[in-house]
Order: sequence, then C-alpha cells, then structure tokens
Amino acid sequence: MTKIVVDPITRIEGHLRIEAEISGGKIVDAWAGGTMFRGIEKILKGRDPRDAWYFTQRFCGVCTTVHSIASIRAVENALGIKVPPNADIIRNIIMGIQNVQDHVIHFYHLHALDWVDITSALKADPVKTASLASSVSAWPLNSATYFKGVQDKLKAFVAKGRLGPFANGYWGHSAMKLPAEANLMATAHYLEALEWQKDVIRIHAILGSKNPHPQTFLVGGMAIPIDLDSQNALNADKLMEITRLLKKARDFVEKVYIPDLLAVASFYKDWAAIGGGVGNYLSYGEFPDPVTGKQFFPPGIILGKNLSKVHPVDHKKIAEYVDHSWYEYAGGQGKGLHPYDGESEAKYSGPKPPYKNLDTDRKYSWVKAPRYEERPMEVGPLAKLLVAFASGHKETKDAVTLVLKHLNVGPEALFSTLGRTGARGIDCLITAQQLPIWLQQLEDNIAKGDLRIHAQEKWDPSTWPAEASGYGWHEAPRGALGHWIKIKDKKILNYQAVVPSTWNASPRDHKGQRGPYEEALIGTPIADPNRPVEILRTIHSFDPCLACAVHVLDATGNEIVSVRVK
Amino acid sequence: MGKRSEDESLAGAEQHFDLSRQLTERGVSRRDFMKFCSAMSAALALPATFAPKIAQALDEVKRPTLVWLEFQSCTGDTEALLRASNPTVAEIILDILSVDYAETIMTAAGHLAEENLAKVVKTEKGKYIVVVEGSIPMKDDGIYCCIGGRTAVDISREVCGGAFATIAVGTCAAYGGLPAAAPNPTGAVGVKEAVPGATVLNLPGCPLNADNLTATIVHFLLFKKLPATDSFGRPLFAYGKRIHDNCERRPHFDAGQYVEKWGDEAHRKGHCLYRMGCKGPETFHNCPTQRYNDKTSWPVASGHGCAGCSQPQFWDTMTPLYNRLPNVPGFGIESTADKIGLGLAVGTAAVFAGHGIVSGLRGEEKMEGKKREDVKHDKDRR
Repeated sequence: MTKIVVDPITRIEGHLRIEAEISGGKIVDAWAGGTMFRGIEKILKGRDPRDAWYFTQRFCGVCTTVHSIASIRAVENALGIKVPPNADIIRNIIMGIQNVQDHVIHFYHLHALDWVDITSALKADPVKTASLASSVSAWPLNSATYFKGVQDKLKAFVAKGRLGPFANGYWGHSAMKLPAEANLMATAHYLEALEWQKDVIRIHAILGSKNPHPQTFLVGGMAIPIDLDSQNALNADKLMEITRLLKKARDFVEKVYIPDLLAVASFYKDWAAIGGGVGNYLSYGEFPDPVTGKQFFPPGIILGKNLSKVHPVDHKKIAEYVDHSWYEYAGGQGKGLHPYDGESEAKYSGPKPPYKNLDTDRKYSWVKAPRYEERPMEVGPLAKLLVAFASGHKETKDAVTLVLKHLNVGPEALFSTLGRTGARGIDCLITAQQLPIWLQQLEDNIAKGDLRIHAQEKWDPSTWPAEASGYGWHEAPRGALGHWIKIKDKKILNYQAVVPSTWNASPRDHKGQRGPYEEALIGTPIADPNRPVEILRTIHSFDPCLACAVHVLDATGNEIVSVRVK
Repeated sequence: MGKRSEDESLAGAEQHFDLSRQLTERGVSRRDFMKFCSAMSAALALPATFAPKIAQALDEVKRPTLVWLEFQSCTGDTEALLRASNPTVAEIILDILSVDYAETIMTAAGHLAEENLAKVVKTEKGKYIVVVEGSIPMKDDGIYCCIGGRTAVDISREVCGGAFATIAVGTCAAYGGLPAAAPNPTGAVGVKEAVPGATVLNLPGCPLNADNLTATIVHFLLFKKLPATDSFGRPLFAYGKRIHDNCERRPHFDAGQYVEKWGDEAHRKGHCLYRMGCKGPETFHNCPTQRYNDKTSWPVASGHGCAGCSQPQFWDTMTPLYNRLPNVPGFGIESTADKIGLGLAVGTAAVFAGHGIVSGLRGEEKMEGKKREDVKHDKDRR
C-alpha cells in the first residue's frame, strides 16, 4: 500500500490537496483537503446587506459573477423584492455567458492537458490534422496551413529549451492515448480559446463595466441603464455588439469545443467507467423566465443514480458537518447545522507546517461537509443535466441523446469522469444556443418602452423590517450554489454560503461517508505513482473552485465587529 | 519528452535573444509588435515617440523568469491577466518571460510543480521576478494558507526574498485586501508586510488592471528599474491621479447634475454618480483612461459608482458602498451634507478606531500607523 500526496492540485481555482492510498495499481482510499481559509462570511457580519454582493463576489474571481447573483437574490428574497423584467434578463445573459466562457476555459486551459500531450503534437502531420479537423467540424481554420503554423510556433517554443508553465508536465505518460494529429488539433484550439475567451467575455464589460468582477449588481436590479437615445446607456450600438459576441461564442462552442470534446472522448471511452462518485445529484435549476419565474433548467435531486425519479429540493434538509473539518461547533461534533442556524469557529488541529501528511483519520480540511438528508451530493453540470434529462427537459434530452449516440455509449456512461466532462460541454452548448433568445427577449421588452432596471421601493434601508431572513440560489457553472442571510436592524446578522465546491470537495462527514471527490477517486488506475495524472483527470472533471468552498460564519469576536460598525 | 532531456535543455538555454525574431517565429508581425509598444507607451503615459524605444529595449533584454504565487486569493488577478488588452503580444511577452510557476495554468501538479519553483529559486537567485496574488495570513503561525505542506508566509519569504523584485497584484497582495477587512480573521497582510526586506511594487485594484502589469514589466525592461511610486508603493504612471479628476462624468459633478435613483433620467444620460456612493473622489487609479477588457468600459461608464478598490483598506474605509463620501472638495459638505453623509463621516472615523482595537488585539500597532498615513496621504493629495 502506497500513500501519495498531490499538493498543490494545479489548474484549478484555489488550494486543494489530495492524499490517496494505492494498492494493485488502483486508488483504494482518498482524502480531499482545502488548505486555505479567509473567513469572508465573518467579515460580512455587521455590514450593509446591499454591499454583500460586492464582498461575496470575491469568494472567487474565476466564476466571478455567481456569488454576486446568489447574494442579491438572498437579500431580495429576505426583503420581498421583485426585480423588473429587464434586470432578470440582463442577469440571465450575464450568467449565461459566464457559464459558456467558464466551461470553455475549463476544458482547454484547466482540463485538456490531462488528456492531451503537447509534445506529441510536434510529430503530427498538419495535412492529416486538417483532414481530421474537417471530418468533425466546419470551422474555417481547419486548413493544413493553419495547423502547420501552430506547429511551427510550438517547435520554436520548445527549441528555446524552456517550457515555462508546461515544464514537468505529463508528456509521454502511458495514460496519454491521443494520436499526434488529435494532440495538434487540441493544442491549436488551446491557443485559439485563449483569444476567444477574452473577447466573448467583453459582454460582461458592456453590461457591467469589467470582467473579472463586473461592477453592476444591485439589490433590486442592475446598474446598467437602458436608453436607446443615450450614449451612456444600453442602446442599439451596445446591443449589436452583444449580438456579435454571442454569435462568436456559439460558433466556437458548436464548431470547436464540442467537436474537440467528442474527438478526445472517443479515445478515452474507458474513462466512462471510472470516477463515478457518490451517485446522488443536486441541482437548483437556473435562468428564470422574467415574467413567469419558471426556470429554463429545472431544479431537482437524483438519488442513487436512479434517473426514473426526480425529487424536489427542500433547503431545510441541508446541513453542514465539521467532524473532519478544522472548525468547532458549540454543541459538539456529530451534528449538522442548517445554514440559517450555522455556527462555527475556525480551529486548526492539523500538523504544524511544514508537514508531509495530514492526519486524515481526524480533521484534514478547511472545507466543511454539507449533506442533504445526511447524503453526500454531487453538484455541477452533470447533476444539472441529469436532473433536466430525467425531468424530460427537451433541449437537454436532445443534446444528451446526440452525444451518447455519437460516442455509442448508454446513459450509464454519464456517471463517470468522462460523463462529467461531457456534461459540461453539453451544458455549454445548450446555454450558448439559448443566449441569443434571451437577448431577443430583452430587445422585445425595450421595444415595448420598458426601460426599468431597478425596483426602487426597498432601496432605502428605512423601508426594511427590523428583522428579515432569506436565501438565494444559483445554478453556477460549478453547480448548486446557495447563500443564506439574516438581517437585523439594517445590518447583516449572519451570512452563510454553501457553494458547489463545498459539496464536491467536502471531506468525510459524521458517518465517515466520503465526499464526492474522494468517492470518485476510488478505483482510479494509477500507472505511475510518481506522475499520477489520473488523479488530475477525475478531480479536474469536477472543475474545483476551492476559494469558494472554504468559508465560515458566526464566530466569537462579535465584539470587534460591533465596534467597527457603530 | 522525458524530464531529464528537458532539464538538460533548460540548463543550456541561452540568455540573450532577439525578440523580433522570436515574435516572427511566433507569427507576430513587426507591425503588431509596434502597435503593442504604442499601446504600452500610452499606458505608461509616455509620448508616442517612445514606442520605437520600447521595441528596441525589448529587443535587447535578457530573458527574465517570472513565477506567479497565489495565496489567499480568488484568482481574479490571474483571470484579469487572461483578459489583457494586448493579448496576442502580451501572451508572448509573458511566454518570453518564461512563466515557470503559476498554479492556475501550469500543467504539473504536486511535487512536480514544486520542483519547478524550487529550481527557479535555487538557480536564478536575485534574477527572477515574482508576482504575488492574494494576501498572506500571519495569525496562528500562518496555518490559514498552506501549499505543498508549507505556509504562505514561509513560501513568500523564501521566494520573494530571493527575487530581483516582487510585484504584488491586486489589493489583497498589496495591502491584505478583503481577507484583512475587519475583523481580519486570519491576520492577513500584504507582501511588503509579510516579507519586510523584499523589493515590492504594488499594483492594487480588485482585480488589478492587467495592462498596468504589462506596462510595469515593460517599464522595467525599458528603463532597467522599477517605476516611481507613491507612498503606498503604487507606480505613479497608473495611480498618480484621482479617478474624480479624470472622470468622463466630471463636468456633471461640477454642474451639479447627479443621479438620484438607479435608472432615472440622470442615470440614463450619464450624470455624476457621487450621490449613489461613488468613491472616485478618494481613489487613485487610471480606470477612466485605461479602462478594462480591451478598453471596453470601467465601472462609472457602465452606470455604477467607483468602489475605491485601489486604496489600502478600502473594504473598511470606503464602505458602505452606496453611502456618499463626506468632505468632497467643491461640493460644500457643510451646507449640503445630509444624514447619510454625516453618518458615513462618523462611520469612517469609527472604522479607524475599530482597526486600532483590532490591531491592538493582534499586537500589530504598525497596521494602525499605516491607516493613519492613508488618511493623511489622501488629504495631502487633495
């Protein structure tokens, strides 16, 4: 039995550590630890609830919109605010393009190098690469000249003798299966996607000043004014630019990302039987209709991989445990607390750094263990699609069926590392195809003369009740995200976020049940314990976001906070 | 490619190179490169005639190594870099800089990644540049941020301590930022405070504007030194002027035309956001001229006030976000301040008092001194 440590897990957001026991060339046990803590929820206490979105946005600069959305929804829920239709639609567009851009970056820049061998691309025949690319897509840049140009650039780079961020990669690893031409195609698109992503996300700058961290969210609406007769507002000029960028987004997803995903997946079908995980899936649903409020992707829960039944979501059944996390509950261990009533105090009990191993029998992470009716739940694009698929959501059924058919696999292939990576692509595709429809909705509403972007009535805190509480949900690119807030005397009394990576990266709970990362690693083959790229494949398939995952609420030290705000 | 052969070729890497030739090899035309140099001279507030000199300097430079460390960060500054305004060439510049360690983008993980960092520290002492993103927690021996089993403070002292210079990107790395906001649960500080002997240049902002980072590096390559800074360690070329003084909506402020409600006519027509809480009058940053995402926009241009994100401790001194700043010159605070304005004035004073208490509890009086300086500095600037 060998115990290996991968720390840091790179190509993710934040600081994650994996320890794994290997026996007979396979992982037999695993532990996921979050190794960074900031305590932002503690910092939020006593502040203006209208500011919360700006603070929580900084949970994460990668999924840079998601905590702003969840936060303003939580405050709006607490205060009973209904935002104007334009604000709902603008939010849908901002969330939608975030989803699309984030998934593409994940595939090419965070995940691809687990499957793609850049050094092998040097040996590819550009002519054959062009014919491979043309056979899977009608992308205009599929010529031999183009691929030769990319290959020449790569050769020049490698000839310099310094591989920079690619140094010490998993080149030539026995788990790498792509032919040289597929490697060249994917590498070319790695570079292409870098260009594409910074361009399409300009939609955030047009609607919200900048990305990362767009500065446009408001409790009650959005800060971008609409006026077709002003150059300082959303007008035809800016709507036209958004239209162009949405088309560019969709083109790339349809003609590059999805074909690449299918091409790469076809060489790694064995990974459709690896990385299954806990088998329970939670999705909050997303993209509310501005009039009816009905969500485009339906919310729900799948238990035990059973797609014949979708259970409704009841947030009261969520509780967080800290039996293996570096926190203390006043009432002792073994009990879970609902986010409204959560309490915790950071209390590190791990080894003194520098350390070689964490004490995985006891506490080993800054991530708490959220559970739904005491069950570990996987969240993310796979959960979202499984819930939608099982609910009969047409767009999802069509896209999933198409992909399964193309790869010649059944729905059971979805419950895997490959399924998770594939689901992200399908989610991206569906969203990219919906975005122009939402923009049209916005234009139609503006055409009716509705310029409202903000609900005024409850902006002034003097209109608020003495006490209020609420929650805001968002189906983020990484999955089900919830914020819970309690407001008292116009200040934040308590704030709690249960975020996607808290669900997925959670350590063991009070019953010793593994979290989703940990469970998914069981059975993963490891060809070379010194270069365990297989661990990265499964962990990256969840798209970890650890800065988001670690947080704390309540605490001693309230006195200090009260000094600050009075 | 095996690890060994790569190491051997690394050892033999040439130090001098011809940038023009490299760019051509990478498919970048001389014309594109000159365009980039012009953009950089604009960012650095240099006359356009400097562009050829920048190109010449870049042609002559030795090839420095850059390592990018992330501590208590949200990765927003890394993401900002990915959106840089001159991406093709900026990518290449960074590529040419040889980015040997950057957790978010590097292929290798675990000990394979740490080997890359150790190698730079060992073989290029005093020559490499470090970029730090995120604050460094000092409380409880730094256990709130560990990478590879080592604390952030341990890593930063070794890596920044041995560097030619450290560039702290974003307000967290510069001054502690969000994690350091009251009550600063983890004792978070900026790099300069965690590594007192290091040469640190601060590029605050939440996130930083990546064009300012590229411009800083070009400045270093062109003039063989770091740019001049203000008392907060920020380069004057990017943080030398108040947002308010460069704001496209300044005429509306002077004319007394203010947005009063989100979406009202004044908001739609682009009037001044001062009354909606804009912190532009107290904030030093080149947002109005440099803008973000290929110069597409910046907060005020998109209808939301400035949050003051490039100012030290803005999380405590500039919040609540939607309260008006007191004492803005030209506004006549005494005659016009309403209850909210007065409330904020009192609140701001309480923040400093509160920090004093927090700092005292942590036994870090130095922190408080910094904040007092902050206030004084801004008054001086006005």
